[in-house]
Amino acid sequence: MTDASPAAPAAGRSLWADARARLRRNRAAMVSLVYLAFMAMACVFGPMLAPNDFTTIHADYTRVPPSLTPYPKADGIEAALHEALRRARLDLKSWRQDGSVVEVTVSSAKPVDPRSARYLDRSDVFENTVVKSTSPDGLAMTLETSVQQTSFYFGTDSNGRDLLQRTLIAGRVSLSIGLLAGLVAVVIGVLYGAAAGLAGGRTDEIMMRIVDILYSLPFIFFVIMLVVFFGRNFVLMFLAVGAVLWLDMARIVRGQALSLKRQEYVQAAEALGVSRWGILARHIIPNLLGPVVIYMTLLVPQVIILESFLSYLGLGVQEPLSSWGVLISQGSKSIPGAKWLLVFPSLFLTTTLFALNFVGDGLRDALDPKDR
Amino acid sequence: MLRYVLRRLLTAIPTLFVIVTISFFLIRVAPGGPFNQEKGLNPVIKANLERQFGLDLPLWKQYLNYLGNLLQGDFGPSYNLPDFTVGELFRLGLPVSVQLGATALALALVLGGLLGIVAALNQNRAADYTVVAAATAGSTIPTFVIAPLFQLFFALTLKWVPVGGWGDGALVNKVGPVLTLMLPQLAVVARLMRGSMIEALRAHHIRTARAMGLSDHSVIIRHAMRGALLPIVSYAGPAAASLLTGSLIVEYIFAIPGVGRYFVDAALNRDYTLVMGTVVVIAIFTLLFNLIVDVLYAVVDPRVRYD
Repeated sequence: MTDASPAAPAAGRSLWADARARLRRNRAAMVSLVYLAFMAMACVFGPMLAPNDFTTIHADYTRVPPSLTPYPKADGIEAALHEALRRARLDLKSWRQDGSVVEVTVSSAKPVDPRSARYLDRSDVFENTVVKSTSPDGLAMTLETSVQQTSFYFGTDSNGRDLLQRTLIAGRVSLSIGLLAGLVAVVIGVLYGAAAGLAGGRTDEIMMRIVDILYSLPFIFFVIMLVVFFGRNFVLMFLAVGAVLWLDMARIVRGQALSLKRQEYVQAAEALGVSRWGILARHIIPNLLGPVVIYMTLLVPQVIILESFLSYLGLGVQEPLSSWGVLISQGSKSIPGAKWLLVFPSLFLTTTLFALNFVGDGLRDALDPKDR
Repeated sequence: MLRYVLRRLLTAIPTLFVIVTISFFLIRVAPGGPFNQEKGLNPVIKANLERQFGLDLPLWKQYLNYLGNLLQGDFGPSYNLPDFTVGELFRLGLPVSVQLGATALALALVLGGLLGIVAALNQNRAADYTVVAAATAGSTIPTFVIAPLFQLFFALTLKWVPVGGWGDGALVNKVGPVLTLMLPQLAVVARLMRGSMIEALRAHHIRTARAMGLSDHSVIIRHAMRGALLPIVSYAGPAAASLLTGSLIVEYIFAIPGVGRYFVDAALNRDYTLVMGTVVVIAIFTLLFNLIVDVLYAVVDPRVRYD
């Protein structure tokens, strides 16, 4: 952003300073900006801080509802004991809990193998199981194990994966797709539109006809064809999505470039002998930035929705990575049993889209005050 | 006017031709084919199948064949739904999609228009803020979020409507799909109507009408609304084209036997004829509704003339 007002005596505010001040006064936009920053931080750093890993499958905790207190719950320990000992083919004789330590007495018709302790460790509920004592006949054994506390603030999915982690990882994907594809669309659109607008005449005519034809093809057809071509490659899909969305940008920029070209100050600069690049850098590009920035903020939510839509169809990112669209799609298949699988990702996606919209509206008001 | 309509219909033909040509070759250069299954078909059977459908001919010949059939109204057989021709699939599915889409669009236009007018007349008051907030919500939340939430609350919790299915077109089955189709459209229409109505109420001819002592009612209905309708009309055209040709997400979630699902399924299965059929149908709807919009423009705004 070229804030190149030379030291003027009566400090005139530049367009950008003006816009910044106006944006700061817009409470909805500022709150949304803070929210977006928070969401981005949460998605980038959250997975490192939150408990569990997004790929870990907790076989003992499939579809557990969200809870602020850690699992296992009071009645969960006995159930987990039964489950683990059933696999070890042992009978539970008695157990008692002392803080996080559980003492279990098991028995069997055959002598108990001390390696059976592993069966308890294999469960997600217990860890560090040791044999404390074995009865003289070897048919009973006392094991001591500690309870492994795990928190699932958002619950788990049907594979027993932590939904909080999944949602945050999905947020990384959705947000970065939004930014990257938005950026691709803006770069292509600005270059194409500016070239057409500045060249004018025949070139402009042909370039814009091409845009018209691409426009009239059903949009989703185009996207699906690109996905089919590029396969399920993550980065290429970003590019494909971006490559489809540049048409609007090109039209906007072309219109702007056409009208800027004829402004008096551009003509004055030409008359003063400023080089083509000088005019482009000093006059055309700074004046194009406003609409481009506005359009980009509106484009990012569009891309996120589009990516979610593709992922919803199963064309997007692949497991174990996920995006909000994937999670919502899985969630909508698991209602009514597990509402949280639908509700949390939906909440993350919608609030982010809201915030992006408010920021976009705020920027439009700030950069284009006559539009109010 | 009639000459204008005829001329537009004639210019639609080359546009349609370009669209058909691009899509035909685009889907053909995509890797894979309609008979490439995961299990792998016996090559002899595959060759026979391809011969039967004329897929072994050179591409330009296939293209000419397709164009020739298309001109006679024959969309060809569907490769992946071998019991149906593409024409039959559309005859079965299109009425369903059109019915849902038209209902949703009509409701969105009427309700959205009314809400927009109410908001504009109460600018910067509670009613206005409510409408704007609701419209922002409606246009921000994606359909694939609204639809399952609708199922969760109204079908599974309250049990007012069935979760999905067409039920031979019973009214209760249509509530969900129509509402979820309508909501985003309604939000946009309300926003547009509010904006254009506010602008229209500031126009000179409205001030004149008021100065002449016309009643509020007459000023709003007869004078302001006419001008304010223009943006709605230009929005409704493309919206109608996309609504009437079926929404993939809504039909998928509510298990509606419409045409919205054909496109993606067909493209993924390389069901060439079905893809082409969908492209043609969507293109025809788009061109048709663009024409209707332009004609309506002249009806709504007497300044627009096509002579």
